[in-house]
Amino acid sequence: MSTLELIGLTKRFSGRPVVNDVSLSVADGEFVCILGPSGCGKSTTLRMIGGFEEATQGDVRIDGASVLDLPPNRRPTAMVFQKYTLWPHMRVAENIAFGLGLRGLPRTEIEREVKQSLALVGLSGYDRRYPAQLSGGEQQRVALARALVLKPKLLLLDEPFSNLDALLRVRLREELHAIQRRIQITAVFVTHDQEEALSLADRIAVMNAGRLEQLDTPDQIYARPRTLFVADFIGQMNLLPATLEDGRLRLGRHVLPAPERLPGNMPLTVAVRPEDLAVVAPNRETDPGTLWQARIDQAIDLGHYRKILAFAPGLFVDAQAAGTVRLKIYAPKHFNAREGDPLWLRPDRYLVYPGGMAPIEIRQPLVAADHSASAIVM
Amino acid sequence: MTADVLVSSLADGRAPRRAPALARTLVRQAPGVFFLVFLAIIVIGPMLSVVLWAFAETWWYPALVPNTWGLKYWGETLARADIRSALPLSIGLAAAVTALSAAICLPAAYAFARLRFPFRQPLLLSFLATNAFPRFGLYVSIAVVFFKLDLVGTLQGVALIQLVNTLLLMIWIPTSAFQGVDRALEEAALDVGASRLRVFIQITLPMVLPALSAALLLTFVSTFYEAQGALIIGIPRVVTMPVLMYSIINSQVIVQYGAVISLILWLPSFVLLGLVQRFVRGGTMAAGFGV
Ligand SMILES: Nc1ncnc2c1ncn2[C@@H]1O[C@H](COP(=O)(O)OP(=O)(O)OP(=O)(O)O)[C@@H](O)[C@H]1O
Ligand SMILES: [Mg+2]
Repeated sequence: MSTLELIGLTKRFSGRPVVNDVSLSVADGEFVCILGPSGCGKSTTLRMIGGFEEATQGDVRIDGASVLDLPPNRRPTAMVFQKYTLWPHMRVAENIAFGLGLRGLPRTEIEREVKQSLALVGLSGYDRRYPAQLSGGEQQRVALARALVLKPKLLLLDEPFSNLDALLRVRLREELHAIQRRIQITAVFVTHDQEEALSLADRIAVMNAGRLEQLDTPDQIYARPRTLFVADFIGQMNLLPATLEDGRLRLGRHVLPAPERLPGNMPLTVAVRPEDLAVVAPNRETDPGTLWQARIDQAIDLGHYRKILAFAPGLFVDAQAAGTVRLKIYAPKHFNAREGDPLWLRPDRYLVYPGGMAPIEIRQPLVAADHSASAIVM
Repeated sequence: MTADVLVSSLADGRAPRRAPALARTLVRQAPGVFFLVFLAIIVIGPMLSVVLWAFAETWWYPALVPNTWGLKYWGETLARADIRSALPLSIGLAAAVTALSAAICLPAAYAFARLRFPFRQPLLLSFLATNAFPRFGLYVSIAVVFFKLDLVGTLQGVALIQLVNTLLLMIWIPTSAFQGVDRALEEAALDVGASRLRVFIQITLPMVLPALSAALLLTFVSTFYEAQGALIIGIPRVVTMPVLMYSIINSQVIVQYGAVISLILWLPSFVLLGLVQRFVRGGTMAAGFGV
């Protein structure tokens, strides 16, 4: 059963649509991340769910019932904000107990709940502190405890960790993941950090300019981004313009097998993940048309692997693109890459985007048996 | 030697390498010490002289302290019928004006801080107008109007004119205090189930309390000392302490009267300052703000 349903949710600020016809549903116990670039309407969507922003159109349903008429204090949601929002004049315990007190719980029960929720976020013994005596990470954990203690039907989180440093952000993300696993709470988590979304979410809702671009599992979002925006936004992707020619895809001087039923007369884009670009040794038997020749422009050491940026002028018709667009390639750490060195690449898997439509995936049969990059001596 | 080291190091832009610690401390703290001494001379000097005069029965020129001490003038001053009626009148009037001002201004300040409405900015600036121009002319023209309304010489008239004086302070300080409370803090309280009224009372109000009490204190004290408006509108029937002091000082050249009345006038300030200090410093409030 779905806990949350958004139906054609729209928000306009003085006529300008900021959230545009967003529909999605979140199942019971599911953790959904709303991911998108800054200003795409993520927070506005979340604030409409929490009741802090009025919807211009559409509906928000929780457990099947519309909550549009309810003010935030009467919605079964609890929010963790991006800013630090602990009340400075209350101790940690008082901050957490505030909402319980409003529900008229007996004192002993409140104390027990406060203790439990502090233990849940790993801050037992902090109850007598004031927010000013906590670090940013601790404050956000208390804010999480303050929301969880109310046992909301739906937990809303608006970039709760984005004010923290990178290391702490990862740690809190993992802790949140563990807590979510344990108590199985339904949650909507807003972030612009795709790593955060990919590692936390059961499903990711990618938003762009107020619209929902794709709602899918992290795997699917990465493997089959449904729009060019998602393809470009999630992870690293090489996007190459192509045309259809004699049933094959033409990219500059190169050709690739085309999907069977492609609508004609459409601008096509071929999308290749860096890890799907195999670096191979040139071989006389291989068709020179299938291997892409590139020239290394920059090699970046990323610890356990190397990211290589290379020009491949042969792939482009447009002279300007040929001189500016760089292919992104991953190579093993020991791969000997120097600026200006030539490189041969073989696309093993790619997606073809016809216009604005859903992509078609193509896996190339392996051309030759063993031409792994490690075998190359340059 | 220290000076030489300092000068040479300043000249070549390096910190003095082995300047004695004491000298360095002195140099660093010199501005603070100088400021403190200056403040003491400006503030404490005159105050001390007033205190001395209040307890002096005779004090002739070359003596550094009074020749004879005593409470004679206290007895005389406090026995005066005009002071016995003026003191409670002044305290009551100041309290009433402060309360009235708070009742009008605090909701207005909250509105200025939280709502967007047309002419908000000009309206906010307009309160400056009452304080930006010489008061005397304003009072005289108000007096003309009040005369027609039969308000001259009445308590209500004085209260009204003093109220105008308090508006600027009572709107501006609380407005900026309310603006200083992050809306997200209020939203978070709303989110856990508090009604708007409860959010205001339990979240917003405690956070602005230090600023509000400062505004209330300043309003009370400045109203208590207010003399121009009370003089022009109140005379002859409503005589407040400051007005009385003017007339006493003008009619009798006995310094001690002035000194004793001054001390009496300071009293409410000190009492309120003490209260606010304890209130703002002590306990939860201070810890909450990390003071
Ligand atoms: N109260 C408002 N009035 C007018 N425009 C607004 C208001 N609130 C948000 N907007 C606009 O709506 C758009 C979306 O805002 P929103 O806060 O939802 O973005 P976001 O996706 O959360 O971005 P970020 O990642 O930067 O937080 C922005 O262009 C913003 O300027
Ligand atoms: Mg946001």
